[in-house]
Amino acid sequence: MIDLKNLTIKKVHESLINGEYTALDLSSAYLEEIKNKDKDIHAYLEVYSDVMEQAKKADEIIKSGKATILTGIPIAVKDNILIKGKIASSASKILENYKTTYDATVIEKLKKESVVFIGRTNMDEFAMGGSTENSAYGVTKNPLDLERVPGGSSGGSAAAVAGNMALVALGSDTGGSIRQPASFCGLVGLKPTYGAVSRYGVMAMASSFDQIGPIAKNVEDAEIIFNAIKGFDKNDSTSLKDSEFKIEKEQIKIGFIKDLDTDSNIVDLKNKLEKKGYIIELVELPNLKYALATYYTLVPAEVSSNMARYDGMRFGKRVSGKDGIEDYFLSRQTGLGREVRRRIILGTYVLSAGYYDAYYNKANIVRNLIREDYKKAFEKVDVIITPTTPGPAFKIGEKIDDPLQLYLEDIFTVPINLAGVPAISIPYGTKKIGDKELPLGIQLIANYGDEEILFTFGKYLEER
Amino acid sequence: MLEIKDIEKLAKLARIELTVEEKEKLLKEVEPILGYVAQLKEVSSMVEGMPKAGEHRNIMRDDINPNVATLNTEVLVEDMPESQDNYLKVKKIL
Repeated sequence: MIDLKNLTIKKVHESLINGEYTALDLSSAYLEEIKNKDKDIHAYLEVYSDVMEQAKKADEIIKSGKATILTGIPIAVKDNILIKGKIASSASKILENYKTTYDATVIEKLKKESVVFIGRTNMDEFAMGGSTENSAYGVTKNPLDLERVPGGSSGGSAAAVAGNMALVALGSDTGGSIRQPASFCGLVGLKPTYGAVSRYGVMAMASSFDQIGPIAKNVEDAEIIFNAIKGFDKNDSTSLKDSEFKIEKEQIKIGFIKDLDTDSNIVDLKNKLEKKGYIIELVELPNLKYALATYYTLVPAEVSSNMARYDGMRFGKRVSGKDGIEDYFLSRQTGLGREVRRRIILGTYVLSAGYYDAYYNKANIVRNLIREDYKKAFEKVDVIITPTTPGPAFKIGEKIDDPLQLYLEDIFTVPINLAGVPAISIPYGTKKIGDKELPLGIQLIANYGDEEILFTFGKYLEER
Repeated sequence: MLEIKDIEKLAKLARIELTVEEKEKLLKEVEPILGYVAQLKEVSSMVEGMPKAGEHRNIMRDDINPNVATLNTEVLVEDMPESQDNYLKVKKIL
């Protein structure tokens, strides 16, 4: 009945206001789709039992004439974002039946608009991974090719949207976890400026890197969600005051990074833009080559701190030992998965006495150098373009046995989180592998607070 | 060169129990990663300013008690693995 494949937030809003269908009809359609497809895809860890109730409430608001653009919109939520009273597990065993006790700020904001939360989506455990293969609850498959990964760590969120099992989804991005799955699934994914969206109520992975953002089918939907969830929050001391967002520019200058502009997809785009008369410049970011090493020093360090709270003591799964201290050791051994433990060990090492200076402090210095590289580049151009990933979605099982190999896949996305600038991944081009045409993504990067440029230019590229 | 005893020391610091097999696997995986990130040594540390981990801002609130007593007690106690009379129950440590 309702054509889920071609919906947008605006289209749905029109239809709901006109009475073409109700929020209940719409949510029912998505639930039906989930019933038919999700046993093969496994995007959701849980479909909430109160979806109909939420939709009915949305319908009442629509009838009363008080609907906003997001009222009644079906949204999938990554399993590390807290919705009060629901289970949130970060796809980990240690939080298997953990019932949350408060709403994340992003959820509170969306509740005010009466969206419909469909369910919580699968992810790499505690957001550590690039394929959703590190989930303690099984892998999620890419709806475009069930033998391939949907990306990670927000793989479930991307699969839900790509599989027409939600209209939009929320994900989190620490080193690419929104942008890479968006790219693998042919979707749009935005990582906002660090501090633009409150992290209150989102399980922290690396606190100076994490941001929440939308995964959507088009740029406008991503923009609508971003505008709904952004804003200063007194509960997040790293959140930015609204005045720190800048305004749209007239004629934007485009930058490509020297030595990172040889990808055939990128060359194709560069030629198109040159033909259109855009001003194109090559920018140099000399410290970018250290980005991965810097990232994989700092993030495990922050991870090892943030994971300390998962100890089976005050909440989560406790495993009983012979005494109090053994309870800690056993709960963490059993409850935390291999990638999580790996990063905790790495983080403990780089922060330990004798190594702190050589690794952690050094990495912070290099992080600052990378920040300066971006600042200098944005004096010359307004948006920088790179591929989102080195290639399309890889096969399930292909990279999981070599952690370092998997880390190297993050080469284009990770520098953005180091700098804290905003970036969006837009579907562009495809790669033929066998008989499948797999989507590729290009990444647009803007200066701090310049999300407007990402949306404007992103929409332009969508139409081309 | 990292050894098993280094992994054991780190696991102890991180309060994670590991089987012999898990320790060996970790050793094999962690070594190349540490080798990779060691390239940061090349970067000169003769750089201006202190190393920062994000913008530093002082965020202060008024020096009053922001919590409402017993407001969240019930839901928090519900999440406790073991509790008694609204207290968190744990085993003896010492």
